[in-house]
Amino acid sequence: MTGRLFDKVWQRHLVASPEGEPPLLYIDLHLVHEVTSPQAFEGLELAGRPVRRPDLTVATMDHDVPTVNPDGPISDPLAAEQMARLRKNCEAHGITLYPLGNAEQGVVHVIGPQLGLTQPGMTVVCGDSHTSTHGAFGALAFGIGTTEVEHVLATQTLRQSKPQAMAVTVDGELPYGVTAKDLVLGIIAEIGTHGGTGTVIEYRGEAIRALDMAGRMTVCNMSIEGGARAGMIAPDDTTFAFLEGRQHSPEGAAWERALDDWRSLVTDEGAVFDREVRINASSLRPVVTWGTNPAQSVTIDDVVPDPVSFATPAEQHAAQRALEYMGLAPGTAMRDIAVNTVFIGSCTNGRLADLRAAAGVIKGRKVSEGVRAIVVPGSARVKAEAEAEGLDDVFKAAGFEWRSAGCSMCLGMNGDILMPGERSASTSNRNFEGRQGPGGRTHLVSPAMAAATAVAGRFATPGDLHGGN
Amino acid sequence: MRAVQRVEGRAVVLDRSNVDTDQIIPAAWLKRVERTGFGPGLFSAWRTDPGFVLNQPGADGAKVLIAGPNFGCGSSREHAVWALQDFGFEAVVAPSFADIFRGNSIGAGLVTAQAAEEAVAELGAALSKNADAKVIVDVAERTITMPDAGLSYSFALPDYARWRLLEGLDDIGITLRHADEIAEFERQRPGWLPSSAPAVHAGT
Repeated sequence: MTGRLFDKVWQRHLVASPEGEPPLLYIDLHLVHEVTSPQAFEGLELAGRPVRRPDLTVATMDHDVPTVNPDGPISDPLAAEQMARLRKNCEAHGITLYPLGNAEQGVVHVIGPQLGLTQPGMTVVCGDSHTSTHGAFGALAFGIGTTEVEHVLATQTLRQSKPQAMAVTVDGELPYGVTAKDLVLGIIAEIGTHGGTGTVIEYRGEAIRALDMAGRMTVCNMSIEGGARAGMIAPDDTTFAFLEGRQHSPEGAAWERALDDWRSLVTDEGAVFDREVRINASSLRPVVTWGTNPAQSVTIDDVVPDPVSFATPAEQHAAQRALEYMGLAPGTAMRDIAVNTVFIGSCTNGRLADLRAAAGVIKGRKVSEGVRAIVVPGSARVKAEAEAEGLDDVFKAAGFEWRSAGCSMCLGMNGDILMPGERSASTSNRNFEGRQGPGGRTHLVSPAMAAATAVAGRFATPGDLHGGN
Repeated sequence: MRAVQRVEGRAVVLDRSNVDTDQIIPAAWLKRVERTGFGPGLFSAWRTDPGFVLNQPGADGAKVLIAGPNFGCGSSREHAVWALQDFGFEAVVAPSFADIFRGNSIGAGLVTAQAAEEAVAELGAALSKNADAKVIVDVAERTITMPDAGLSYSFALPDYARWRLLEGLDDIGITLRHADEIAEFERQRPGWLPSSAPAVHAGT
């Protein structure tokens, strides 16, 4: 029997498969944040249940933390209350917490890998749909709701019907200037917003192997935007090099034993997937979304599509609605669309590699007049490391605001929002209506394109700034 | 969780695909620390439009929401389920649901009835002629019927989800019956797996 990576990780976490019930899956790491956990802790307390494994649970504050003056008083009383609850719950149950102001605080999907908590072959859950990020390490990682958060706190397990496995194979090499973000937006455009529903996607092929860990995390992060609860990439030397020496990585003899085990976490030759999609990397170009879901995208060289060009009446209707919301006319060149705001950050693109890519474009240039441009590092440590390299000076000299870590404008919970009608180039993951603030218009792009767009004042690639394409 | 055998009442048709959880309950509402009180936030951006379906007479008191494919995509926020329930909806009928939303619904006792696209379209068409027609979502039988129009369809719902809805069971209680197996599993976990102990919560 030939196994798939997903089956191998699934199988080793099966605690029980009771007749007539979904299998019970053991959870190796439960990440917790302030927004989706208070009701779960309350439920535990009402039932008089303890947290089964506080040692496999790690909490931080990210969703509604301020990114300006984080050490000062929190002006939003509701956000302050959520943070206070998390602190109280973690203290009561003996759970490690990296609160606002801590050197390890940050977006939950940035800090897990950064601390070495995310390792190959593990199961990782969090009350956040972008938990799929951790699949970049060959972990099975997915988002859960608050009722499930309570279930994991109480039992360290989850009831899960086994999903199907889908392969997305990306052959060839990404062209120069095409990033992991463009790659995953290209994949979503191909499979659609629910092409991956009911499946775990394994990303395979030469172009995936060639990505660094930051790029792999960007790809797995957006699996959920294609409907898949989880995305996975088999661990390899790139993964092991990233993990070696991190705070929670195994050491010495344990590291060697772990490596032997992790090397077995690959899909065997000849294994069959429930669904397979192949994409040629060389056909990809930098991508910009034009609509209100992440599958509604075109390349930077394209124009806003005409709704009548879509195949079905439902798609035509959805495109029409999206264009009305976005305030765009069919046929407009993407390069002619001006933006008010540029946001660089989030669990998709808030890592050091992303900030370096953006800083490389922005260096020696200025943000276009009238454009508000902000950088929100994915974690306090990313911020410190970026500052040690002088990236903050590059951004500030160009006219960017240099903020503290958090989810910020990705979901607009903390006051970092677009005003109605404002248009952003954003390195985040969702362009849903109102996602970045009521009436706000979001276009998803890569960090490099966000930086170039900040300079040009309209959608642009780094190449455009040199006068070419 | 409250048991749900059968949902019977008026229905509202939201003829849109990919209804994401940011629309169902915008992020500004996620600062609440309770499970209740989310009803006013349900589709709050869309409700600013007087023509929106929930602003029509009869939407108040509706128990069934009929929507397009991939309902509940996006964020894992269970608040979306709580908001639908708080408004009064007890069942959502759609051709497909996003995975996390479906799991959350089952956990919280909201019926997600996955019906064929034609069935959803026919129900919508019948309701456009008679908005007050009664719709019955029967969990035990896994059927959606509209007696006035003589319509009846089956819907998909996994056996376990059906059982839990019918019995109103708490998943944690069922799982804790396997406490010995969980403990046995824990004894065999590899020693290199990460642990956050001893807990750090000293703050900054």
